[in-house]
Amino acid sequence: MIATLNQTIRKVPGWVLYIVGAAYGAWLFYLGATGGLGVEPIEALEHRYGKIAFQLILVGLAVTPLRQHLGLNLLCWRRAIGVLAFFFVLAHFLVWAVLDVQSMSRIWADILERPYVTIGMAAFLALIPLGVTSNNFSVRKMGAAAWRKLHKLVYPAAVLGAVHWVWLARGFQIEPLIYLAITLTLLATRFRQARPRVAQSRA
Amino acid sequence: MARRYTSKLTWDDVTPEHLYLNRRQIMAGTGALLGAGLIGGQAQAQDLEPNTWEEITTYNNYYEFGTGKDDPARNAHTLTTSPWSIEIDGMVDNPGTYSFEDIMDGMTVEERIYRFRCVEAWSMVIPWNGFELADLLDRVGVQDGARYVAFETANRPDEMPGVRVPVLDWPYREGLRLDEARHPLTLMATGIYGRDIPNQNGAPIRLVVPWKYGFKSIKSIVRITLTDEEPFASWNQANAREYGFYSNVNPNVDHPRWSQASERRIGGGLFARREPTLMFNGYEEEVASLYEGMDLEANF
Repeated sequence: MIATLNQTIRKVPGWVLYIVGAAYGAWLFYLGATGGLGVEPIEALEHRYGKIAFQLILVGLAVTPLRQHLGLNLLCWRRAIGVLAFFFVLAHFLVWAVLDVQSMSRIWADILERPYVTIGMAAFLALIPLGVTSNNFSVRKMGAAAWRKLHKLVYPAAVLGAVHWVWLARGFQIEPLIYLAITLTLLATRFRQARPRVAQSRA
Repeated sequence: MARRYTSKLTWDDVTPEHLYLNRRQIMAGTGALLGAGLIGGQAQAQDLEPNTWEEITTYNNYYEFGTGKDDPARNAHTLTTSPWSIEIDGMVDNPGTYSFEDIMDGMTVEERIYRFRCVEAWSMVIPWNGFELADLLDRVGVQDGARYVAFETANRPDEMPGVRVPVLDWPYREGLRLDEARHPLTLMATGIYGRDIPNQNGAPIRLVVPWKYGFKSIKSIVRITLTDEEPFASWNQANAREYGFYSNVNPNVDHPRWSQASERRIGGGLFARREPTLMFNGYEEEVASLYEGMDLEANF
């Protein structure tokens, strides 16, 4: 079953994902502009883009554990997943800044004064170098080791993104906490692996 | 003793629905081309327009039916609103369980077109139907010494999927100072647009306090208690730093997590401009005297 899946995954090139992702983002915008997202489309679009971005980041973080534990190989999609996540974060940010907050002074005030905005902004900034270096040229230029190190920035970005969501919820809400728990679990799989290696080197 | 308050917004201000829908379409179509100069005028015109039935009934905060804005419209049909009764107790001359019909008997139901400002910085204009809470208080007889009115929403896990999750300490409770409760603006609403109030908007009977953030206007009321102590208020209890007992609309006192200086009127679509929030939600003239001498930044 896994082997068939892996074969199918290999047959679908990354650019298909880019087209599907971009089309979905544009479709949501169209829905928002034409009443398809309810009577408050600004908030709806902002939240949808943010949630999709976060889900894509989690899928990206799941690639390694899925391969190690289930043998499911999504590696050939990982760059597309990451770049799409970045674009949905960018879209989330732009809807917030341009359509929601609407003025530079208020954008600054929010970033400086509202901790959940500050945290979201930090996550966005952490993802910018990853978006910029998501190409073969950058991998060659930086060297694979340095590139991989840089892209570990996705770990803090994911945690900040989760906290950003938990923090903006009113009252005790389950959904953002579930996402935070998934994020921490996916990150924990990395640190669990690191331990035996350390033990070996000591031995 | 009705009609102590006359809204400046009346049905004469309301654009006939077909013209109004037409204009919305035109505005939506040309919105992107409009210059900044026109936007002010547009905002002013919108000020007098009640939101549509669809807007008022599909975008709700009623956490007993879920925390999503569309959850109440989807889930609230399960609420049994008939029969309905309200327990009125505490410092009153005639305590007891009053059926909805008993309460409505002899009440003058009026149309009141009020601004509605949510603490989340969105707003609507809603044509409520209801009676003044003062009339009900007079009927049950408020005893000397009573200083506050406490309210409680129904708490029915079998009908309200949201109360199975401890988003708040259920049942939802709110309170007013007695003079706020007796103010002629304070309404017990039973309808919108002349129709029975839909479940997602707090059927069959809810409070409307238009100069306070929306969460003070408690829905689907099952208990009213007169008391001499400041009553438990759900959001205040959940986070006192963010939600004060008074929670009067005030553009100068921000919510710790967001600005209250401006708001977004629902219905403007994807390119709606923010509008400045008005002191006491535009009811300063009517209610400012209630808070004379009070520090509104400390008593937010």
